Amino acid sequence: MASEQPRKAVLQASESEGATAGGAHVGEGHGSAPRGMLRWLLTTNHKDIGTLYLIFSLSMLFIGGIMALVIRTELFQPGLQMVQPEFFNQMTTMHGLIMVFGAIMPAFTGLANWMIPLQIGAPDMALPRLNNFSFWLLPVAFLLLLSTLLMEGGGPNFGWTFYAPLSTTYAPPSTSFFIFSLHIAGISSILGAINIIATILNLRAPGMRLMDMPLFVWTWLITAFLLIAVMPVLAGAITMMLFDINLGTSYFNAAGGGDPVLFQHLFWFFGHPEVYIMILPAFGIVSAIVPTFSRKRLFGYASMVYATGSIAIMSFLVWAHHMFAVGLPLVAELFFMYTTMLIAVPTGVKVFNWIATMFRGSISFEPPMLFAIAFIVQFTIGGFSGLMLAIAPADFQYHDTYFVVAHFHYVLVPGALFAILAGAYYWLPKWTGFYPHEGLSKWHFWLSVIGVNLTFFPMHFSGLAGMPRRIPDYALQFADFNMLSSIGAFLFGISQLLFLVVIVKCARGGVRAPACAWEGAVDLEWSVPSPAPLHTFEIPPQTRDGQIIR
Amino acid sequence: MPSRDHAAQQQAVARTVRRTLLALVAMLGFAFALVPLYDVFCNLTGLNGKAASQARAAVAMEIDESRWVSVRFITQQGQGLPWTLEALDEQFRIHPGGQYSARFVFTNHADYPVRGRAVPSVSPAEGSLHLRKIMCFCFQEQTLAAGERRELPLVFQVDPDLPEGIRDLTLAYTLYPVTTPSSAGDDGAEHSAGGET
Amino acid sequence: MSWIAECLSRVTRPMRLRLRRTVTTLSLTTLSLTVLSPSVLAVEYNMPVGVTAVSREIHSLHMIIFWICVVIGIVVFGVMGYAMIKHRKSRGAVSASFHENTRIEILWTAIPLLILVVMAVPATATLKDMYDASESALDVKITGHQWRWQYEYLGEDVAFTSSLATPREQINNTAAKGEHYLLEVDNPLVLPINRKVRFLTTSADVIHSWWVPDFGVKKDAIPGFINEAWTRIETPGTYRGQCTELCGKDHGFMPVVVEALPEAEFDEWLIARKAEAEVALNDAGRDWSLEELMEKGEKTYATICASCHQPDGQGMPPAFPSLVGSAIVTQDMQAHIDIVINGKAGTPMAAFADVLSPVELAAVITYERNAWGNDTGELVQPAVIKEQLSQ
Repeated sequence: MASEQPRKAVLQASESEGATAGGAHVGEGHGSAPRGMLRWLLTTNHKDIGTLYLIFSLSMLFIGGIMALVIRTELFQPGLQMVQPEFFNQMTTMHGLIMVFGAIMPAFTGLANWMIPLQIGAPDMALPRLNNFSFWLLPVAFLLLLSTLLMEGGGPNFGWTFYAPLSTTYAPPSTSFFIFSLHIAGISSILGAINIIATILNLRAPGMRLMDMPLFVWTWLITAFLLIAVMPVLAGAITMMLFDINLGTSYFNAAGGGDPVLFQHLFWFFGHPEVYIMILPAFGIVSAIVPTFSRKRLFGYASMVYATGSIAIMSFLVWAHHMFAVGLPLVAELFFMYTTMLIAVPTGVKVFNWIATMFRGSISFEPPMLFAIAFIVQFTIGGFSGLMLAIAPADFQYHDTYFVVAHFHYVLVPGALFAILAGAYYWLPKWTGFYPHEGLSKWHFWLSVIGVNLTFFPMHFSGLAGMPRRIPDYALQFADFNMLSSIGAFLFGISQLLFLVVIVKCARGGVRAPACAWEGAVDLEWSVPSPAPLHTFEIPPQTRDGQIIR
Repeated sequence: MPSRDHAAQQQAVARTVRRTLLALVAMLGFAFALVPLYDVFCNLTGLNGKAASQARAAVAMEIDESRWVSVRFITQQGQGLPWTLEALDEQFRIHPGGQYSARFVFTNHADYPVRGRAVPSVSPAEGSLHLRKIMCFCFQEQTLAAGERRELPLVFQVDPDLPEGIRDLTLAYTLYPVTTPSSAGDDGAEHSAGGET
Repeated sequence: MSWIAECLSRVTRPMRLRLRRTVTTLSLTTLSLTVLSPSVLAVEYNMPVGVTAVSREIHSLHMIIFWICVVIGIVVFGVMGYAMIKHRKSRGAVSASFHENTRIEILWTAIPLLILVVMAVPATATLKDMYDASESALDVKITGHQWRWQYEYLGEDVAFTSSLATPREQINNTAAKGEHYLLEVDNPLVLPINRKVRFLTTSADVIHSWWVPDFGVKKDAIPGFINEAWTRIETPGTYRGQCTELCGKDHGFMPVVVEALPEAEFDEWLIARKAEAEVALNDAGRDWSLEELMEKGEKTYATICASCHQPDGQGMPPAFPSLVGSAIVTQDMQAHIDIVINGKAGTPMAAFADVLSPVELAAVITYERNAWGNDTGELVQPAVIKEQLSQ
């Protein structure tokens, strides 16, 4: 049935299909579109820029993944076999920085760029040229970051959380460049957030109220506000670091009257909302996929919105739970324990709502749904370990051990990353006009699930058994768990190559997808053809209750 | 068919952008304001045990003879500083309200003059609010001549309103070299964290 | 193509049914074994119960929250699993239309909230207990260095450093690893049982963190600041922990080892240790030969200096300079002594006067000046170091 016509669907600007919902093709704002390299350099089109973000983030995922494999190879057995501790510390640091700032965040931004205008019936983002600039800052930032590995003294080696004074007084010379690259990446995120807010607040199709928007748009709106609020705090903190290193100030240096713990407060004031920045869009994606493949409306739309909002607000009140062992006064420790426990409530509500959506639905298990279901289960497991970490007295035994590593990898890998993969599988038909190859997708799914759990589940145990974080070598009682984790890591890493194959195959051909590629999909993006033409919704559709009315 | 008023939309977008930029700048200012705010907060609550780095006048207080508090002094060597700091009176058992004097000896082991500072820290942190230092060498830098040995006092009082649960106070001094001129002078003014050494 | 799928589905139905039943049975068996069998949930997999009241309380809190999560997980995943099986389209399920229910939403917000409030009560009590370090019988100052711990018994004039004792050959895989690989030190912290011990932690350089899982004690060691923690050990034994804050390259190589002794034995140990210190002090007064200094110096160098400056003295420039033929080590004796004694601010080169005795300092300086072909023939007497330190 499937006729495989090679068609570089994404890579061709198909101007011919200008007929979109609601109106005829409006005149071109520019002359003949540039082709080849120049097109990608200069594009202001949200679909192109979305694609650029996604390709960039996938590359960074592989680079960060290779670093993870270096780490897991060294940790395969006790003893130092492959790398020296100094380089190991650079690997753990860079792995974290690249995954957080280079893979997860840009992937969500790419999905936002592609899908938000389509989901709200807008022709493009509010500030298309700023959009282009926001993207191209990223390769610059990460080229600079990666180049620090080659500088004298090596790259950053103080963990992705870069606590002072290890990252200031005792840091390698490349640190100023590391800070500079983080500034550039931060500016990219901030500009992207401004764009997203301006787009969502002003460019919605007529009749689409805020409470009509798909949840992916809501979660990104809230995420964008979080970004505006906390990226400047990170910028401030790293600028203070820069001053301490280069100008002899003492923000974080006790010798000059400063306080290393101040750095931690500043960092985590940014850092905790940051982890919600990395998960809220995932919630949005899952909230699109589960209703579609359950063929049932999302349960409790309003509470989903309010829950997301309360998570965002509460995320500003929990930061010091990363600092329970620092010597906070009792009152502070109790406060942060209570707020951290509380933030589990709205998070739980969301999980219950997804399950209530599935319940008495009509469920099918295509790859997007497989990843979404796996997200729900595994993110919840990550949430459970998070709840355990919230219990401050118990945290004294978990803090800075592999128990924490297990927790955040569960919420980030089979959590955020699986949601991104789910979103990719879900929207690939819209991007390319073809369904991703179902067989390969399912192999990718199952190998990933097995790999990810084999990697990170044993880490709960090595942490409970007493293994600290960020060590290149360990005592013998941790050996079995580490060996399992390393095997799992290689399985998981290699399985992601399958994803690459699926994407490349999908871009070139496969089973054709109609405009509404999935039975049960209702949002606005499914009303435009597959693949989506370069320009869509040039004339805004009239909507009611989130649906187009003629 | 509704058509969007393009100009109005541009204006709306511009307004949103202006507001978010304002919020951005405000948050950046907030980040830098957090530095002095942290100091203020710590001084108010004793949060990081540093409140006791300011001179406070001696106050005639009622001595609470029903209560004993143990005060211990600890010293910590600084890197790159050829000094030692010794607490001659390592531990006191005191009554809150009374005024006491502890002796410390700074010795410069180098054969050239060296500038350094003793940075104080109090545990438990809440206790630092109730520790009044009337005279303390930690308020200013010391310059010791080659081989000089200097005995300096710490004159202090513990407030009677020290919470009941606190029965032990530890005061630690960490020595650090001073390499650049300080503007925090002999008035014992609080040296702020940003911009001064 | 769909007829193949349909055919496959029909053919494999009995197999899939059997598979599902097997999986169900297997999971239930595993779960019950896990729950019922103490050894599976025991030492190697779980947090230690430990040897203090605090560690036991922490363990209880940990188990309570764990089981709460397990129960919630079973309920939540159970409902989800049920839906995945019963409400599948391929089974002919037709979707219902409900999409909100305020009452149930309030219920599943309120119930977790209640569970958390209940959980917070014992957690608060334990935390308050952990914060009360007052009225200790013994105070120990713990200083974190890159990359070893230093212990000082306050008021007792006993102080020493505690460095990793695992031989380099074991780390480099040229020798078999011992039982306590990476968790053994030259001088463990010795503590009495049944007495409240207060720990005062600080650091000489970057942030470290002192942790002994069996005590339930972990506290960051922050340069320029003093933190406190406490413990009362109930059972004699040897307890091992590690540094738990990334502090540079040998963060994984600075373990914590505590030897808990019955009270009388501890008192004896303390007296003996003070006597040793006396002897060492006197030792510093006599004249040492070059051979004696080289022998002691080689041992001290291997324990204290080799991790940065390397066993062959080559170091790892630029962070850790080479000592082979360098100016400081072959020429300026006073500069050599100064930098070893006082360290260098802003670098990992610590003030080793804080860490080593005059004998060890003299020995290691002598060793460095004569090893690896440096061959200056010079030596420095402990008395000279002692003189400089007390000047």
